[in-house]
Amino acid sequence: MPNEQLTSRERRRERLDRGIKVRTEGLYALSSWKEMFYLLAPRIVLILGLLVAPFLLDMYWQRVLCAAGIYALLALSFDFLAAYVGLVCLGGSFFIGSGAYISGLLNAKMGWAPFLTIPIATVVGAIVSTLVLLPCLRLRGIYFAITSFMFPLLTVNVIIALNIFGGTEGISALATYPNPWVDQYLILSVVIVSLFTLRRLVNEDMGLILRSIKDNDQAVKASGISILSYKIKAVFIASLIGCFGGAYLSHLYGWVGISQFSLDFSILPIAATVMGGMGTLVGPVIGALILTPLSEALRGFGQLRVVLYCLILIGFIVYKPEGLMNYLQRKYHQFEHWEDV
Amino acid sequence: MDILIYGTVNSVIFALVAVGFTLVYGVSRLPNFAHGALYVLVGFLTWSLVNDFKVFYPLAILISLGISALLGALIYRLILIRLRGLPTSEIIASFAVGLIILEGLRLQGIGGFKGFIGPFYVLPAFIDSKLRIAGVLIDAQRLILIGGGLCVVAALWLFTHYTKTGLSLRAIAQDEQAAMMLGIDSDRAAVISLSIGSALAGLAAVIILPLGNVTAEAGYRVLINALAVCIIGGLGSWAGAVLASFVLGFAMIISTALFGSVWESVVLVGAIILILIFRPSGLLGKQKELEERV
Amino acid sequence: MAVETLLQVKEITKSFGGVQAILRVNLELERGDILGIIGPNGSGKTTMVNLITGFVKPDSGEVLFKGKTITGKPPHKIADLGVTRTFQVMRPYYSLPAFKNLIVPLNSPRIRRTAGGKLGDKDGVAIDILEEIGFERDAYVPYKIASSLPLGYLKRLELARCLALKPEVIICDEIFSGLSMSEISTMIPVIERLQMDGITIIMIEHRLRELFRLVNRIIVLNFGQKLAEGKPEEVMAKPEVKEAYLGTGAGYVGS
Repeated sequence: MPNEQLTSRERRRERLDRGIKVRTEGLYALSSWKEMFYLLAPRIVLILGLLVAPFLLDMYWQRVLCAAGIYALLALSFDFLAAYVGLVCLGGSFFIGSGAYISGLLNAKMGWAPFLTIPIATVVGAIVSTLVLLPCLRLRGIYFAITSFMFPLLTVNVIIALNIFGGTEGISALATYPNPWVDQYLILSVVIVSLFTLRRLVNEDMGLILRSIKDNDQAVKASGISILSYKIKAVFIASLIGCFGGAYLSHLYGWVGISQFSLDFSILPIAATVMGGMGTLVGPVIGALILTPLSEALRGFGQLRVVLYCLILIGFIVYKPEGLMNYLQRKYHQFEHWEDV
Repeated sequence: MDILIYGTVNSVIFALVAVGFTLVYGVSRLPNFAHGALYVLVGFLTWSLVNDFKVFYPLAILISLGISALLGALIYRLILIRLRGLPTSEIIASFAVGLIILEGLRLQGIGGFKGFIGPFYVLPAFIDSKLRIAGVLIDAQRLILIGGGLCVVAALWLFTHYTKTGLSLRAIAQDEQAAMMLGIDSDRAAVISLSIGSALAGLAAVIILPLGNVTAEAGYRVLINALAVCIIGGLGSWAGAVLASFVLGFAMIISTALFGSVWESVVLVGAIILILIFRPSGLLGKQKELEERV
Repeated sequence: MAVETLLQVKEITKSFGGVQAILRVNLELERGDILGIIGPNGSGKTTMVNLITGFVKPDSGEVLFKGKTITGKPPHKIADLGVTRTFQVMRPYYSLPAFKNLIVPLNSPRIRRTAGGKLGDKDGVAIDILEEIGFERDAYVPYKIASSLPLGYLKRLELARCLALKPEVIICDEIFSGLSMSEISTMIPVIERLQMDGITIIMIEHRLRELFRLVNRIIVLNFGQKLAEGKPEEVMAKPEVKEAYLGTGAGYVGS
């Protein structure tokens, strides 16, 4: 700032934490309703915002909101695995694909209604995904990333090659939801519930153990805990969330196809997570809510949207690696003012 | 005999595709997920130079290899250098670069650019003829491919064993800290390895692509193949990569001959899963790498 | 109390590539023993820890715990039986507060079994253990994020994480290294108290003077082989031990 140099008064920006944090993270001492409100306000805004959104949007954007919900779920599951367990899963679309195909098959072949197929597909899909990832769970870091990245792409090849599950055509004419309100509130409520469940979980003992595994798995072994069993549990939880997204998707569009294994479902959630802030869980949801409409608005430009969100992704990862959420949180919890030195 | 010759061709294809990726990872521990994209990019660049700009074919190849090497260096200088030591970010960022290239090639309607879509892009073979070896009909390009593959591996071996730069790359690969203390610049080594690796991806492209069409989708397949070879052979292990290429190359040709080509990707998945279960360090991985992995 | 052989290592051998890390080493520990393992750098001390605790599988030989073989078991199973270790390169869970570091062992199947399903206030138990080992509760040290703690506390945190598992054997891998004299002198009573509680301890150490205050028996390793065993002063008087420590350089000077 040129003015400051002219006035020869040196100033620095001082940051002060609001006095409601007690020593460790996530523990607050509240002394008034005002402080209570101050803490709860962002949460209330987010929940109410999500719940009111369907009333404010027209048909087209309501659809986009549903898609954003699916991406938000995937981003949540990616963030949970990457930031809290240390498993970077580049194959998020595998969750979507397996959830979608299972519910699609149950609906098409057995004629079961969505309220049955979705829970079954969620659980069975999660079991399938966990089993598929099981051999790679012993691997660390980039090895896990590489193998998880290959599975959805190879599954597509297998489906095409063996011409199973409708081959390249997919399965169409599935049951859809009775009305757009069910569409939206189903996914929104699941997003909100999974978000707050995961936030709770990562601070419970199980979450602490998972974070310890990420920090240092050898010491966890020396503490008499099988890290494989915890990783399996974590992957199962993450794939539950992802497979629900897939099962929901199949009934939203009434169609299941190989495009549900496509890279969109793997890369956009990652971009959303990086943009929103890794490890915050809320950040990825917000990231998905920003990126999905953006990519939708660019649908006319074909592949440009993929290029665009890759650019956003690189921009954030290189220049703002903390992400939006950490940045906003810091600003929200601190007073800032200029002070003479 | 068919199986022997086409198996060898297929194996060399695998090796060519994987050798660049292994080199980069072996030297600087950087997973270059843009590898497949660079491969395809060089294919299209060469095509474009030959057909749109009427450049002499060998010159076109050289120019696109140069561009590829430059891109590799740029990827490191602009992006990866800020992310060293953060594996998650390295993977995501290089993958994003790859996607930008691949999807960018398919962009349509911007500045009159039509996008490289469809099966119209074919690179000419170096020598357009067919030979008969031991009763098997084979075209000259495939023979060139085998020769080219051998040359690349031999050249790399000579480069890393007998040139100063090559030796410094190996030093960095073995012990980064110690090498840095001896005055080897880790960043410079990474830039060199990434540009060589990218150029190798391009070289693989110009040797392999005349056998078929150039399509953007091939980028993903190439990346998957390179990764599969590296996982099976042991990441960063060159001998392992070559061995794994032959295992995969022959496994695929044999399965195609027995069951039909649809089983190719099943074989690939199966091989990876088997390796992960029974020998997580890869065929020639070492104990140290095993500790890193498991 | 009858003397009972708790841990026994028989003819254990391990090589990495061409390097013989450990060659046919035997050792025996009775309940309540405290044993020191010393040796020059690269003599295989840490490999010994890794072999006993299952982090590295031996090429041949056996490790027996309470008469049953534990060779080939995964590390968490061995820890589950009650043989645990600290790490030479400290590995706290940096992103967690110190007391939350102990939540991991407190959630292990071993503790669940002994507590009979009821674990009660784990945070409280964790803070108690930390206080016992020298984390001043009044100064809120147990509540600090592990990454912000100084080295002395981190070493103690390592030990506390072992203690939380209520182990029978603790193997301390160079727990004094990098500490100042005053920090060591506060650690020594902690270890003495552990021994009085009946925990069997193996100490891998470079700081001989401090080690000899604690242990009554030592083993000297050199190039993966057991060079000597016995009372500290007797062992250190042996010429081959002197040579190993001072190196063949002693002979070189002599000639």
